[in-house]
Amino acid sequence: METDINLSKIGRNSLVLLRILIGWHFLYEGVLKLYNPAWTSKAYLSSAELLRPLFQWLSSDAMIHLVDNLNIFSLMVVGLSLLLGLFERIGSVFGICLLLIYYIAHPALPGASQVGTEGSYWIINKNLIEATALFVLYHIPTGSYFGLNLLRKILLAPQTK
Amino acid sequence: MSENKKNNWSRRDLLKGIAGVPIVGSVWWAGASKGINNTQARDSILKTLNINASPPPPSGPMAGDPIRIGIIGFGIRGPQLCRALGFGQKSWLTSMTEAAKKNPKDTRLSSFLEQEHLNVHITAVCDLFDVRAQDAIDSFSTDEVKVQRFGTHQELVESNIVDAVVIATPDHWHAPIAIAALQAGKHVYVEKPMTHNIKETYALKDAVEASNVVFQVGHQHRQTQSFLTAQDVVNKNILGHVSLIQANTNRNDDNGAWQYPIHEKANPNTVDWKQFIGNAPMVPFNSEHFFRWRKWWAYGSGLSGDLMSHDYDRVNCILKMGIPSSVVASGGIYTHRDGRNVPDVMQVNMEFPDFSTGSSQVAGKEKGMTMVYSATLGNQYGRTTAFMGHDATMEVGNSLTIYADSKSTKFKEKLISEEMDSNIPIYQYDPASGSVDGVTSATAKYFADKGLLWTYRDGKRVDSTHLHLREWLSCIRNGGIPSCNIKEGFEEAISSHMGGLSYKLGRRIDWDKTKQEIVRVEGYNLDEVLLENKEKIT
Ligand SMILES: NC(=O)c1ccc[n+]([C@@H]2O[C@H](COP(=O)([O-])OP(=O)(O)OC[C@H]3O[C@@H](n4cnc5c(N)ncnc54)[C@H](O)[C@@H]3O)[C@@H](O)[C@H]2O)c1
Repeated sequence: METDINLSKIGRNSLVLLRILIGWHFLYEGVLKLYNPAWTSKAYLSSAELLRPLFQWLSSDAMIHLVDNLNIFSLMVVGLSLLLGLFERIGSVFGICLLLIYYIAHPALPGASQVGTEGSYWIINKNLIEATALFVLYHIPTGSYFGLNLLRKILLAPQTK
Repeated sequence: MSENKKNNWSRRDLLKGIAGVPIVGSVWWAGASKGINNTQARDSILKTLNINASPPPPSGPMAGDPIRIGIIGFGIRGPQLCRALGFGQKSWLTSMTEAAKKNPKDTRLSSFLEQEHLNVHITAVCDLFDVRAQDAIDSFSTDEVKVQRFGTHQELVESNIVDAVVIATPDHWHAPIAIAALQAGKHVYVEKPMTHNIKETYALKDAVEASNVVFQVGHQHRQTQSFLTAQDVVNKNILGHVSLIQANTNRNDDNGAWQYPIHEKANPNTVDWKQFIGNAPMVPFNSEHFFRWRKWWAYGSGLSGDLMSHDYDRVNCILKMGIPSSVVASGGIYTHRDGRNVPDVMQVNMEFPDFSTGSSQVAGKEKGMTMVYSATLGNQYGRTTAFMGHDATMEVGNSLTIYADSKSTKFKEKLISEEMDSNIPIYQYDPASGSVDGVTSATAKYFADKGLLWTYRDGKRVDSTHLHLREWLSCIRNGGIPSCNIKEGFEEAISSHMGGLSYKLGRRIDWDKTKQEIVRVEGYNLDEVLLENKEKIT
């Protein structure tokens, strides 16, 4: 998982910083929900306007429990992988998927109602920006420079006695 | 990276490898403690409030022989009541099928088809406009049961093909028809306002009390889940002493101002005009009077009887506060100067000086309440119905929201500890968060928001009128007294009439609780005042 892009030290450190901040955000969201059983994404999903039948189904009584648990699980996978620097590419993919689902449920399109957002957006909102940042992290992983992946590589490397 | 480095762990590598772990720990700790805090705060609020919906009015099985129903009045409301009984007009079914095809979100047809079967037959109709009577016959007749038309309500109620009648005529006909039906031993479901004047309110009360049939007034919101929940909120004294209630009407279109379409086939040959007039002053045939009767005191009851009656009963079913001790009303014809003589802007202040919902402060400090009904037919800004108590404010419509008051005595500690925040609801019941399916016009939305169109039972959307009729049918079949019986109807009718009287006379109208009558006003016959087809009486 080594990148062939030649990065300066400062460039690499910046990416590590970005990775940690995004991981921080995801993990906090996931843990908060994990310890708050009353939390549910029902209202967010059921008020979706685009792909309404899909979101209505996801937010139905039969599905919502599973959907909420999957959401919490995915948030934590992303958070842990980015913060620890292990399997961060898998984490990035999970994160991009989650963010795109959030975006599609409430896209920042002119005419669509904005739910639970502060600030003003036109087409591009924070979900899309964070998804794009994860796209960058997917392509330039830094876990083997700063993270558990570094230890993993050392441990798995053939030992020469 | 060198070979050498791979084989030997430098301290630096170790640090760089596990640097994320303490961050995970901190974030985890922060998220977990916040999550646990939120949960505890919520649990503690819910435990403090302990709100449970009161059970819906009891409604038993629909078994046995079909109940044979006669429909009296088949204009706008009549067909809606028939749908709630399980009978859709042909034209309605066609247009709903098309609407559902065009817009899959439109669930009006599917909700109708999914409605519970009430085991009733529509056997008779009486309407004064040939087109409408024929429509009922064509739509509801089956091979088994042919709908029979009667020329007068008297013949219908005396016939032996009906067990029960549903009355959806203009207001001036409610009481005379209901009394005739009761005297003929037929069960009665009568639309609101229960009566059109004071005298007949007492006559109808006597007739119900002398009969042994089942009587229900058409205030269907009594079935709405949010109102049942609100009853529990008040019973548990969560709001503290409620000193003010505001209820409103805000509508801003022709439909909302009773400018209903005039059917092109209506003329003296197709409408029984003499019978329409009834006890009202005779005037030559006038199709506007026939279709838009709500605009004149001679047939309708103005904002106070047509719309405030709903709001009054919505509050009365929660608080059971009864008839106000006095009423002061004002307003005018400000938005539709089209020849009508009922006001289109109206404020009615109802006083209940001896009433209290309970208190959280020293005994005796609080007592008395005002209900303000405020209406305009020239603006549709959505003002909510609010019960304003010392400890909390409750907004009720199809949903229910409670906010703690920042100066509450009861919640003082929870507000100081920031467990409660006066800007964030401490309780919310919203059966359909985010979806407003099937609401097609501003006026329909107005009714839906007031909990008058539908409610939820076991997570499923149901027409509240269907449930209200079902309760009536259940009492006919299984015994019991319906939730909007003569006591409730009497209170609604008298309160509405006090509003109309105060408006017309431009003075305060009082209620004598011991004598159970409206206090006489020197120089006026109050029934004549109410019925006189003029905006104001001086
Ligand atoms: N509960 C609710 O939410 C609700 C909603 C709408 C209307 N309503 C009530 O329903 C009643 C009817 O309202 P509407 O809008 O259907 O009026 P409408 O004018 O559309 O219909 C009334 C019908 O009654 C018929 N009629 C008049 N006098 C009659 C008589 N003596 N015998 C038999 N038929 C007679 C007329 O021919 C007309 O077709 C009103 O009292 C109104 O307050 C209640």
